[in-house]
Amino acid sequence: MGSKNIKAAILKNGQVLARGLIPSGFEQRAAAEKIFNELLEKADVSRDDIDHIVATGAGKDVAPYANSEISMMGADALGGTFLFPSARTVIDVGAEAGRAVRCDGKGRMVDFVVNEKCAAGAGTFIEAMARALEVKLEQIGPLSLKAEKVISMNAQCTIFAESEVVSLIHEKTSKADIARAIHDAIANRITSMTRRLGIQRDVVLAGGVAKNVGFVSSLQRTLAVDLLVPEEPEFVGALGAALAPQKGN
Amino acid sequence: MKMKKEYWRWPEYRRTVPRKDWAGAEVVTAGVDVGAVSSKAVIMVDGDLYAYSIMRTGSSSPDSANKAMNWALEGTGMKLEDIRYVVGTGYGRVNVPFANRAITEITCHARGANYIWGPTVRTILDMGGQDCKAIRCDERGKVTAFLMNDKCAAGTGRGMEVIADLLSVPIEEVGAMSLKVEKEPEPVSSTCVVFAKSEAVGLLRKGWPKEMVLAAFCSAMANRVAELLKRVSMEKDFVITGGIAKNVGIVKRVEDVIGLKALPMKEGLDPMIAGGIGAGLFAMDLYERERKVA
Repeated sequence: MGSKNIKAAILKNGQVLARGLIPSGFEQRAAAEKIFNELLEKADVSRDDIDHIVATGAGKDVAPYANSEISMMGADALGGTFLFPSARTVIDVGAEAGRAVRCDGKGRMVDFVVNEKCAAGAGTFIEAMARALEVKLEQIGPLSLKAEKVISMNAQCTIFAESEVVSLIHEKTSKADIARAIHDAIANRITSMTRRLGIQRDVVLAGGVAKNVGFVSSLQRTLAVDLLVPEEPEFVGALGAALAPQKGN
Repeated sequence: MKMKKEYWRWPEYRRTVPRKDWAGAEVVTAGVDVGAVSSKAVIMVDGDLYAYSIMRTGSSSPDSANKAMNWALEGTGMKLEDIRYVVGTGYGRVNVPFANRAITEITCHARGANYIWGPTVRTILDMGGQDCKAIRCDERGKVTAFLMNDKCAAGTGRGMEVIADLLSVPIEEVGAMSLKVEKEPEPVSSTCVVFAKSEAVGLLRKGWPKEMVLAAFCSAMANRVAELLKRVSMEKDFVITGGIAKNVGIVKRVEDVIGLKALPMKEGLDPMIAGGIGAGLFAMDLYERERKVA
């Protein structure tokens, strides 16, 4: 139950039967209901066939049908190690929060750090910067890979960074160079947050922002490790939540 | 095409204090405070406020300094050459082309507050366009301690501009409108303007009236700056400078949170020019000192 999107997955004996995503919108409860019914249909199972439903995420209390809940950190640890058994650190960057979770070989969360206070360390930052740059959100990542110069942003705050991007455009800095500076800025913040936890390999990158190739590239550079990025990084938390009952959570 | 109204835009103006004739004065000095959002030029005649201008800072600090200075001079019959010494202050203080010296705005704000309110001032909350400072000073207006948030828009004028634009309420009316609530609502996020803004959108969707949303926003901002004041272990007398000192919705709530009233603004003065006044006073000290040496 993310602040921007609700992700859901139905698992049977550790195999994914169906998964889906829906914007949280302003009626999160209704959206949660809708995606659940869609998934039941997709997986061709009835509501009674589901043994247990676990909710996670910022809006986990709103999930109307959940039997239990798990913390986002716990879900990241389970989901991350399910996809990559060698994972010992899971970094999850979502729309409004970023966190790094240390886990053991059994997928148990050992320690974590989190930022949910400042938009500059979350996907919202990149969305706002894409608007200021006047490029589509899906394009800002690939665009940043075309950068020729390395420049750095002064502003930390999203609000101040918006004006900085506008000034950079006025100074005729190329949009690709600005895009790279934007991804470097957020990657630096995620890196310093993760350093507080200690970086233990292998490192998995989860959350919707992991779909942004520019961010992945910047973060690999600032963290100085290769990241394992799942094909559908935004589902790591939902997978982890679905695995929780089997793992005795 | 209809232009979108710029609700964040605050009034720019200039003013001459009708007090005395500058021509017979011993020394004319000036303080130019080039902030991240607004530029202020203040002309002091024999250590008394004579004229000032307040305008929005443009993309170039030197241009903004020149424009503000020329505007302050306008109609006074005075020329830039008549000013013996100029001190630059604020974010763009090193980019004031005609300044003799640059002094930080923290030092200048304390000195300016001492001039405006007198020697009893011990704590100054300066709420500027892109930062917020809690300053402690002694009876001579000398800084003894300070804390500042310049990393983040929460608790700054830019944060206020964002909400004025979002709600389509002219920024000068935000404060008064936010006080039109019967009961104070829960504040929105006090740590991040971006999150506060998205919470405000949610509240509007829920059907909250504008004044309630503004109250929730102003209250979050007041909580945020009150933290700075507590950490600097404030003492009275307490004053507020900077553009947000004109926002009654913030001033009232800060006073409520800290349990202490701020001294009211002096008639005919503007809380935005405290730094410029301080700079103009330092300019006079420096001029006198250099004259003695010479």
